[in-house]
Amino acid sequence: MAEEDVLDMLEAEAIHVLREVAGAFRRPVLMYSIGKDSSVLLHLATKAFSPGRMPFPVLHIDTTWKFREMIAFRDDTARRLELDLRVHTNPEQGVTPFTHGAHEYTRIMKTEALRQALDENGFDAAIGGARRDEERSRAKERIFSLREPGHRWEPRSQRPEFWSWANTELAEGQTMRVFPLSNWTELDVWRYIRRESIPVVPLYFSAPRPVVERDGSLIMVDDERFPLSPGEEPATRRVRFRTLGCYPLTAAVESKAENIDEVIDEMRLDRRSERAGRLIDGEGGTSIESKKSEGYF
Amino acid sequence: MVAVLRVVACGSVDDGKSTLIGQLLANTGGATDDQLDYARRTRRGGSTIPAGAVDYSLLTDGLEAEHEQGITIDVAHLFLDLPSGRRVIVADAPGHEQYTRNMAVAASTADVAVLLVDATKGVREQTHRHLSICALMGVPSVIAVVNKLDAVDWDRSVFNDLAGEVLSAAAGFDMTASVIPASALAGDNVVTPSPNLPWYDGPTLLDALEAWEPADRPRRDGYRLPVQYVIRADDFRGFAGTVFGGPVRPGDTVAVAGSGATSTIDRLLGPGGADLDRADPGTAVTVTLADDVDVRRGDLLTTPEVLGDGLSPATAYSATLIWTAEEPLRHGRSYLLMAGTRTVPAVVTTVRGRLDVTSGKQFATRTLDLNDIGTVELTTDGPVCLDAYRECRDTGSLLLVDRVSKETVAAGMVRHALRRGRNVVPHTYTVDRDARQRLKGQRAKVLWLTGLPGAGKSTIANALERRLHSMGLHTYVLDGDNVRSGLNKDLGFTPGDRAENVRRVAELTRILVDAGLIVIVALVSPFRTDRRVAKGLFQPGDFAEVWVNTPAEVCASRDPKGLYAQAKAGTLPNMTGHGQAYEPPENPDLVVDGTGSVDDATDALCALLRD
Ligand SMILES: Nc1nc2c(ncn2[C@@H]2O[C@H](COP(=O)(O)OP(=O)(O)O)[C@@H](O)[C@H]2O)c(=O)[nH]1
Repeated sequence: MAEEDVLDMLEAEAIHVLREVAGAFRRPVLMYSIGKDSSVLLHLATKAFSPGRMPFPVLHIDTTWKFREMIAFRDDTARRLELDLRVHTNPEQGVTPFTHGAHEYTRIMKTEALRQALDENGFDAAIGGARRDEERSRAKERIFSLREPGHRWEPRSQRPEFWSWANTELAEGQTMRVFPLSNWTELDVWRYIRRESIPVVPLYFSAPRPVVERDGSLIMVDDERFPLSPGEEPATRRVRFRTLGCYPLTAAVESKAENIDEVIDEMRLDRRSERAGRLIDGEGGTSIESKKSEGYF
Repeated sequence: MVAVLRVVACGSVDDGKSTLIGQLLANTGGATDDQLDYARRTRRGGSTIPAGAVDYSLLTDGLEAEHEQGITIDVAHLFLDLPSGRRVIVADAPGHEQYTRNMAVAASTADVAVLLVDATKGVREQTHRHLSICALMGVPSVIAVVNKLDAVDWDRSVFNDLAGEVLSAAAGFDMTASVIPASALAGDNVVTPSPNLPWYDGPTLLDALEAWEPADRPRRDGYRLPVQYVIRADDFRGFAGTVFGGPVRPGDTVAVAGSGATSTIDRLLGPGGADLDRADPGTAVTVTLADDVDVRRGDLLTTPEVLGDGLSPATAYSATLIWTAEEPLRHGRSYLLMAGTRTVPAVVTTVRGRLDVTSGKQFATRTLDLNDIGTVELTTDGPVCLDAYRECRDTGSLLLVDRVSKETVAAGMVRHALRRGRNVVPHTYTVDRDARQRLKGQRAKVLWLTGLPGAGKSTIANALERRLHSMGLHTYVLDGDNVRSGLNKDLGFTPGDRAENVRRVAELTRILVDAGLIVIVALVSPFRTDRRVAKGLFQPGDFAEVWVNTPAEVCASRDPKGLYAQAKAGTLPNMTGHGQAYEPPENPDLVVDGTGSVDDATDALCALLRD
């Protein structure tokens, strides 16, 4: 009962935010990363404007290193929901996690690419699926998070958020990032996916997959581009993913959870935080905050 | 049962707030192993917590910069899942005095305040400030936690004294209150009852959060639905928004607050378009109306009763503002007022006083600075329908936004509409000079600069315009060149043509003044009669005649356009000062020395504008 009520409240709050974005900005866009949070976001956006259509396009930043299953799922979803899907890849050639390191690769293929796509299309508001419970430094993020010209995040210029209403006005060159799922927890996301029967990428569920071990993390060998050491053979293990991103930078966890109920049960016992699976966040010792200042989501 | 409880956590620095929240998080399964591990490994400077033990205060830390300084400077949001399934959203507001703004943000949505009192320090000024801000923001109840009882040997009388003080302070603010003894350090009475407090048989903090229910308080029932978005589909036009104030049902009568038009709710749709037979406050809905009524984003749908009883359109309101910007409040400056989904220009006409949150006293003031709280009167540029804040927080609140930087400069709680702003008949509002001036936040005026060619009129006019523009004022410079190249290109320099030139410029100036602009005219306009005719087109006080007085020899030696040279050579007849007379003004409003510095001239003109 309480669980349902909590989900209803979170759903209503997110829809309120989505409608504000649609009503107040000139050219909003929904950032679609194909992961579970994005799937929830898309679902909420279809519900928010039903029986009308979602009044903004959907943008995917394709780094070219996503899991193949993610891309297939993305294209299926776009067809199923009749989305106005835009895909952008940074035209810069030859930048890979293996040649440039996780941090630099992410900066170029994700952060830069995102800025390019936002600038080229003149999007003034980008809706994202980030949550405050993902990481400590996110606990202070606003629902409407202002970006200065050049997409810079300035802690000092963040606007106070009173009541249910945001100041949606933008000065020259400013843009807004909007996070309707700010108050959701990881568990809320899964419970909502279950309640609403929202399709998600099968990688979230356990299956035998080819993995190698790198610095204590299990990395799935998703295609032939993965540089194996001489003589190295991927081992088949029953694994799943808690978050999805670029496959060489996303750690798998060993798990037997093959469906959503089992995932939820497992999560209640698992005491590790979600971002532990994102290798990029650990690099350099600092939090995602410094990356955010550069414009990483 | 309330499924989601919103809590504002307040306390002064070092009262143990972070530790307390960290305890709650860790003991309700809200902290992950890696976070606990981090809190076990990391120590702040000066920490006395033994190695290997968890420093619970570290579980709630956020931004790197704050981390280094060891202080919390922004509102952090944390989530607790209580055993009953209730979700608690904790807004953790900083304790520093200078951050009234953040505290107010955290309190603006809170149902309950958890207020820390350090048993070793007692009830202090800060405690009163926190209660005062919570009361102001409409937080109905407070749970006070008297912390660090371990440091006073679990002394019952210390607790009783402090509890008494807190309860009477809360009562003074009309808040319901309870007080709980605790020691956050080891978690005594936070989640589980403590053997150190045998004399206490009340709830733990967790129990109190589980048991909290809203008090029944009388309130004007009736839904408010600010329209966020109009949803269109085949044969469908629905108005989407979130319900506030009271439940809404299909068949309910609807009044559109701005226009007063009425209809009934035909269909009530929940998220995803499912038909509902009732939607409570907080629900995101879409409604269709039985009649074809004009409704758009920014409109407010409500019941005719609510509309008749206080929510009718007005253009003047009394409100309490929390100033949130570094730049102080400017009288007469036009701001954007955002109320729900509606945005209108507004001017603060009067500052009635500043509230000292510690003493509760009002002081007279002319302006408001960052973190000041004051009572003001506002005039909006067009009627808006605002609730009283005490009736409904989400439809009785507003933001003021700077029109250029778009920064939020203030958050406001509406007290009431002012009588003079009531009974505005919708749609009869006319856009006239007054309205345009108000929108621009300035008074329109003409500065008519006359003087010999080369006297420096254009230079001074341009410098003045730059100055005024940088002050956020709306200006326009008309000078001989930009007018003669187009509008007056059929005119020459005979006395008759000069008169017509001046007449047309004066008429154009009149239009620009009506548009609300500050117009700077830089025109030789050598004849007194022509200037008198020009002045006659304006209201007294709107027109200032300024003589840019520069000796003819100086003008001739400057000769920026080579006119004097041509006149001397005989190729330019009718040149003022050379074949045609210049008649200096007899009673100019200002004489500017055209041989002095441009800055001085600009200063003098600015002073003239201020009169
Ligand atoms: N003796 C004692 N010290 C405490 C207690 N709670 C917190 N402290 C200490 O008080 C200091 C400030 O605590 P912290 O939680 O960071 O306070 P905040 O500034 O209010 O967040 C730290 O040194 C804590 O260890 C308590 O219940 N008893």
